[in-house]
Amino acid sequence: MSPAPATTAEKSQPGGLVLLCLAAWAIPGIGHIWLGRRAKGFVFLIALPLMFAIGLALHGRLFSFDTSDVLTPLEAAAQLGIGVTYFLAGPIGAGKGDVRAITYEYGISFLIVAGLLNLLVVIDAYDIALGRK
Amino acid sequence: MHSHLLMMALFAFFVSLVFAVLAKDTPREQARLGGVMFAGFMLVGLVVSWLMYPFPLR
Repeated sequence: MSPAPATTAEKSQPGGLVLLCLAAWAIPGIGHIWLGRRAKGFVFLIALPLMFAIGLALHGRLFSFDTSDVLTPLEAAAQLGIGVTYFLAGPIGAGKGDVRAITYEYGISFLIVAGLLNLLVVIDAYDIALGRK
Repeated sequence: MHSHLLMMALFAFFVSLVFAVLAKDTPREQARLGGVMFAGFMLVGLVVSWLMYPFPLR
């Protein structure tokens, strides 16, 4: 039996909203599925991690929060937007980046944009929970 | 995968898909907006790449 969509009371509680946003950030699309927008949620659940995986396959690099360069923390923050997948990539040996690869810059673009798109998805889930959409 | 065109098309596809699903609620509207956005990405990408063609690489 599938879980019932969150009720209005659950959605409007601050704790519930924080939990919703955290879940939506950690696993792309889960926020929409939680709120009953299953079709949209499943599209995000498949498309965003796939985009991130393509970025890794294109030899893109996952940035750390190294403050020696101004842009690096910003790139890391954008990539972190994808949620749990960001932390899973390191242990499996992905995301080291290969500057010699012709696809290196493309890979980074895919990784950054996948993270930023997931942040938009989180904001959309938040708006739906507040009843704005 | 070393085709720049294919990578641009893949990138345009994913971004168009996510924006269209975010912005519209019905599959018909999503398909329409996604298609227009994808075509726009590809068209602008090709136009800009041809505009850069006369410039030297170094």
